[in-house]
Amino acid sequence: MAVGSGGLQDKPWTDPKAQPFIRIEGVSKHFGDVAAVNGVDLNIYRGEFFALLGASGCGKTTLLRMLAGFETPSAGKIFIDGVDMADIPPYRRPVNMMFQSYALFPHMTVGQNVAFGLQQDGVGKAEIAERVAEMLDLVQIRALAKRKPDQLSGGQRQRVALARALVKRPKLVLLDEPLGALDRKLREQTQFELVNIQEKLGMTFVIVTHDQEEAMTMASRVCVMNAGMVEQVGAPAEVYEYPNSRFVADFIGTANLFDGVVTEVSSDQTRVASPDLGGDIVIGGGGAVAKGATVRVMVRPEKIQVMPDGSPDPGFNSAEGIVREIAYLGDVSVYHVELMSGKRVQFTRANLLHTADAPLTWDDRVRFQWHPANGILLVI
Amino acid sequence: MNGRLPWFAISMLVLGYLFLYSPILSLIFYSFNESRLVTVWGGFSTKWYGALMQNDALLSGAWLSVQIAFLTACVAVVLGTLAAFALIRFGNFRGRTLFAGMVTAPLVMPEVITGLSLLLLFVAMEAVLGGPGRGMMTIVIAHATFATAYVTVVVQSRLGQLDMSLEEAAMDLGARPFKVVRVIILPLIWPAMLAGWLLAFTLSFDDLVIATFTSGPGAKTLPMEVFSSVRMGVSPQINALATIFIVVVTTMVVIANQVAFRRRA
Ligand SMILES: Nc1ncnc2c1ncn2[C@@H]1O[C@H](COP(=O)(O)OP(=O)(O)O)[C@@H](O)[C@H]1O
Ligand SMILES: [Mg+2]
Repeated sequence: MAVGSGGLQDKPWTDPKAQPFIRIEGVSKHFGDVAAVNGVDLNIYRGEFFALLGASGCGKTTLLRMLAGFETPSAGKIFIDGVDMADIPPYRRPVNMMFQSYALFPHMTVGQNVAFGLQQDGVGKAEIAERVAEMLDLVQIRALAKRKPDQLSGGQRQRVALARALVKRPKLVLLDEPLGALDRKLREQTQFELVNIQEKLGMTFVIVTHDQEEAMTMASRVCVMNAGMVEQVGAPAEVYEYPNSRFVADFIGTANLFDGVVTEVSSDQTRVASPDLGGDIVIGGGGAVAKGATVRVMVRPEKIQVMPDGSPDPGFNSAEGIVREIAYLGDVSVYHVELMSGKRVQFTRANLLHTADAPLTWDDRVRFQWHPANGILLVI
Repeated sequence: MNGRLPWFAISMLVLGYLFLYSPILSLIFYSFNESRLVTVWGGFSTKWYGALMQNDALLSGAWLSVQIAFLTACVAVVLGTLAAFALIRFGNFRGRTLFAGMVTAPLVMPEVITGLSLLLLFVAMEAVLGGPGRGMMTIVIAHATFATAYVTVVVQSRLGQLDMSLEEAAMDLGARPFKVVRVIILPLIWPAMLAGWLLAFTLSFDDLVIATFTSGPGAKTLPMEVFSSVRMGVSPQINALATIFIVVVTTMVVIANQVAFRRRA
């Protein structure tokens, strides 16, 4: 699923000896009595493409603005490259930000906008011209250098903002919903470009987004936030396959959730009695919970298979239900099946017109199954 | 504009413009009148322009008014811009509502009251501090108090439209706060400051009531001069003077528009 792992060959976050590039320690930010960010601890490593993911208003921008120096934490500390950022103003931080509104200077041309940062550092004229040209080439808008921002399309403006944030070669680039204003097609194409640019320049990117697909596509690691707090941090596949809470399971992709009680724990599997499913659910791996605990089992829709002849493979979990709704999405269809308990289960099937061996339609009775390894235990 | 009532629309437009501009046009027209009577056409002549050049009282009044208006406009732009900054960029500081109210109060204060209260202030100051003597400086101070309010309103609305993140972006790219003001904010708000300057200049130039209250024996501004001479009968010299000012002001406004427009394009 991930396009690139942010140019990282190894995974520094798995190495206990690796020094984090950014350390966020117990950071909170209160606006009046609203806690926009609440006790966040995060380590981000050099060369990462790190995504802050969460619903609108969960504090992503506020956290980013504290890294840039536009907001002062109400509590906690931020270290970048080992330096405490507490008393360092925005203009002295080794950080550049791409703003959600792009914030291009309307009275300057594209070239002047990109050159602005270098001018502040007193870089020589010839070098500025060279580096600006190089950067405009990288984002493919060299021909627009003489235009003013109001003569550009949304996509072009986005590129200017990106070039301006990269041209000083900062150690850390912050991007606040960089693709939010683009249409879908352009957004997908730009996601790949952004990852390529980040790998090429080898900088650390921290990106804010509310779009889970975007985060999964681009990031080396995703941090899922909810109401100012961190819910889970991990590689995209890890967060998707092994969410650690109901919130993450629901937020990233779609989840079928079955409530139940643990009846048996052995070294390699856990058995859960689930009235929702109308039977026992077996989950691969054991030991994480105690017998008698109330738990929730999560199964992703694409992990569920339909058994046309009604006989499940041995060892699989299975149940029977009636097809209530079908949503045709082009590449796949989503089926909503109602179980005996009244519980609804979703699963997806690829739309293979020519090999449609068992067409399913409304009110069909259907048996489905999933492998024990595809169920995830969530402790309530 | 679907053309259903073009004649009605056009005639309303013409009537509107006539109402607004025919007095001014007739004033210009009669400034070239040979006759001494202001409302009777006696043939073309530029003699009133010649007479005006000999009229020291009117000319020195005009010169004094220009000086006062210039100083007032400059003081008002500086103070008004600072006040606008405080109101827009310093958040909800303690006393902001009071400050906003006090800055803009002169907009709605009757001129007679402003003039009278300032006169009392200047008289008291003269008694206690021995100065400033009433004259040009006191008029400038008085005019600056209400002109500042206008500049504040004009600059404030422009500043309020500016995206705060422009300043943050500049700072993020390494510009110190003072530099941000110089290279980002000022270039974006100077058309509003220029508009405020012109407004302040015009208001000061035009003012009769406050100037009458706050001037001293030696200082007679143009409106005061015109007013007192009109009481003894209107001389066509006044028409000539007005025509000159209309030409000068129109030229200034056109130039200002041109400059502002070219910079924006
Ligand atoms: N300057 C501010 N003053 C008051 N409240 C703010 C301010 N900035 C953000 N907030 C509040 O903090 C919360 C988090 O905002 P934000 O970080 O912008 O969320 P996100 O970027 O995740 O959408 C929101 O409830 C928002 O209303
Ligand atoms: Mg945001």
